[in-house]
Amino acid sequence: MPDTDSNTAAGFVPQSSIPQISIPPISLRRRVMDHVMTGVAVLTVALVLLPLFAIFAYLVYKGIGSINLAFLTQIPKPPGEPGGGMANAIVGSMVILAIASLLGVPLGIGAGIFLSEYGRNRYGDIVRFVSDVLNGVPSIVIGIVAYGLVVMRQKHFSALAGGVALAIMMVPTIARTTEQMLLLVPQAIREAAYGLGVSRWRTTLSITLRTATSGVITGVMLAFARVAGETAPLLFTAFGNQYWNWRTDQPTAALSLQIFTYAISPFDEWHRQAWAGALVLIVLIVGAVAAVRIAVKHGTLAGA
Amino acid sequence: MMRTRFQQQMEDLREKLLRMGGLAELAVDRATQAYTERDLTRCQLVLENESLINAAEREIDEMAFDILATQQPAATDLRFILAVTKINADLERVGDQAVNIAERVMDLIELPAVELPVDIPRMATAVSAMVRRALESFVEGKAELAQAVLEMDHVVDRMRDEAFIMLVRKMNEEPQVTQQALDALLVARNLERVADHATNISEDVIFWVLGADVRHHAQAASAAQRPERSEA
Amino acid sequence: MGVGITVEHLNAFYGKTQALFDINIAVLANHATALIGPSGCGKSTFIRCLNRMHETIPEARVDGKVLIGDLSVYNGTSATQLRRRVGMVFQKANPFPTMSIYDNVAAGLKLNGFRNRKQLDEVVHKSLHNSALWDEVKDHLHKKSGASLSGGQQQRLCIARALAVQPEVLLMDEPCSALDPISTGKIEELIFQLKEQYTIVIVTHNMQQAARVAEFTGFFLLGKMIEFDKTEKIFTNPSDKRTEDYVTGRFG
Repeated sequence: MPDTDSNTAAGFVPQSSIPQISIPPISLRRRVMDHVMTGVAVLTVALVLLPLFAIFAYLVYKGIGSINLAFLTQIPKPPGEPGGGMANAIVGSMVILAIASLLGVPLGIGAGIFLSEYGRNRYGDIVRFVSDVLNGVPSIVIGIVAYGLVVMRQKHFSALAGGVALAIMMVPTIARTTEQMLLLVPQAIREAAYGLGVSRWRTTLSITLRTATSGVITGVMLAFARVAGETAPLLFTAFGNQYWNWRTDQPTAALSLQIFTYAISPFDEWHRQAWAGALVLIVLIVGAVAAVRIAVKHGTLAGA
Repeated sequence: MMRTRFQQQMEDLREKLLRMGGLAELAVDRATQAYTERDLTRCQLVLENESLINAAEREIDEMAFDILATQQPAATDLRFILAVTKINADLERVGDQAVNIAERVMDLIELPAVELPVDIPRMATAVSAMVRRALESFVEGKAELAQAVLEMDHVVDRMRDEAFIMLVRKMNEEPQVTQQALDALLVARNLERVADHATNISEDVIFWVLGADVRHHAQAASAAQRPERSEA
Repeated sequence: MGVGITVEHLNAFYGKTQALFDINIAVLANHATALIGPSGCGKSTFIRCLNRMHETIPEARVDGKVLIGDLSVYNGTSATQLRRRVGMVFQKANPFPTMSIYDNVAAGLKLNGFRNRKQLDEVVHKSLHNSALWDEVKDHLHKKSGASLSGGQQQRLCIARALAVQPEVLLMDEPCSALDPISTGKIEELIFQLKEQYTIVIVTHNMQQAARVAEFTGFFLLGKMIEFDKTEKIFTNPSDKRTEDYVTGRFG
């Protein structure tokens, strides 16, 4: 029954009437303040975006001149010889990142699922804490861990070791964003699946995770972009290589390593190539993230 | 208490119906007094007040209709409104019967007064009591009072039957008073009709209070069971 | 065909709080039974006990006996098996947002491992037809997401989704509370037709709705079932004073 009826009742005596107060008109000061704060907000956005564009513009300015077909298709020349390129480092970076993603993404998503669907208890809290700590561990330390885990055992540096180091760095970011994204999925959606007689694990994979896909992918791309430019963990894992290497158990070149090596060298030609390498690295990362985003959007239904 | 406005509307409806009941009761009383005293003024009063009763009937119907449409009453409230609309119609018919009686009386006043073997005042007292008690049972929401009215109906029926036999015999014996006897017979019949309406009102009150249908010889004892409507 | 439901001495708890006290009820097959009562009276908890949805909430537990047809709900039946026989429609329409209309309806079967494409097509068609949605969505079954439909359409989609797994009982937890009168009317009309094939238990805050769609009505108050009777009886002449106060709006 509409209980609003009682408000309009004949003979209804309000217990206490709302006191009459005068609300002042909006003062000039407040109106000025409104504009000022809007301006401040716009300014902060500009301040955030400015370094990004500055870096990109500077990279293009410094690096574009050295990018040519040779740079993208040849391996480095010995010092002093002009020409040569970073083809092996570009491919090496791709291989290492592929290995890192292959290991890190399922592990991170799995951990995220545990945290959101089964980790609403002390065990979950422990995992969350450990994951946050892992997130704060310096990347060079993670490189040492991978060195201990993989390199020491294999007795030599390898793309696999580099991939493991980057994977370890990806896991906490992916786990926590996956957890957050899954928690955003309304309980009602899970209940709908339970109500159809769908088992819990099936619901988690086919319904909850699927509903949170775009958010989870954002988390994955964030983690991916973060580790793609990492140098320190690769120093004593992938190690770098001046030649082509197609095997995952051999020392492998990577763009970030190559940039590092060239940047600290005394040769101007290598400095220029380091700038070009940095530009290529950024373009590759932006390209990969954009490609995934477009692919996800394409697979999404109208209205979803 | 919730739904204060709704409660107020129901209370208004109840009062309107009571006032109308008062009008109908007064009309019957005036008409029967007019019969005993051969009083033309009272007859005219009855005819004049008829329009008041008709107006009240329309007004009550509108109020009930309004509540049904806007408040969706349930259970006892729903039964109350249904009962009110039916009692309303019965009261209007009581008013009509009073007018019929008044018209017979006006006819009688034109004719020479004769002694008739019928006790119209006694019958009128009984019928008037029935109407009053039916309305009382409505005011108090008491099924027992209404039940008493149902029993009185048999008494009035018997009075009417007696009046018929006696008056028809009188017409046969003294054809010159046929006109007067016929008028008296019609008055008796009209009074019996009023009693029937009082009975209907009582049945509606029982339906409202107990949720049981006691019309057409269904027993009040079946009140606890679900009312099965049948017009058989 | 629908089956009857028998509930005996059902008690339900959330942790230490008891939400339902000794509920006994017999629901007739192929009829609609409405449960009414003020918020927090336990009517939603009650229907969630019928398909063991109650236990998905941490620390919730149940004791007592529930029979769906001859299937004992709390005795050796798996929750997933049971829920395939007892469909549920929720208060807020909850289509799977990333799935197409077709996939939403087919979800119950697909996720339970049913893959026969031809039969799926047929089930989806029949279910959408039975939920009176087919004509409105037939042109974009695969193109549009379930979430792109209007509120009323979404709720009918959820009904179609529940019907697709071919349950015997359909539980509806305030299915129209978020809908406008026209969508509500469509769903009520639907409930009327679905009765022929399913046993329906509907929780509603709208008493007129209970009066319109259900043959039987139960009144819940403070975790107890106060009165259970034919709907006409509950709304014209209830036996219990508390029921009377509730249906006439004098409650509280």
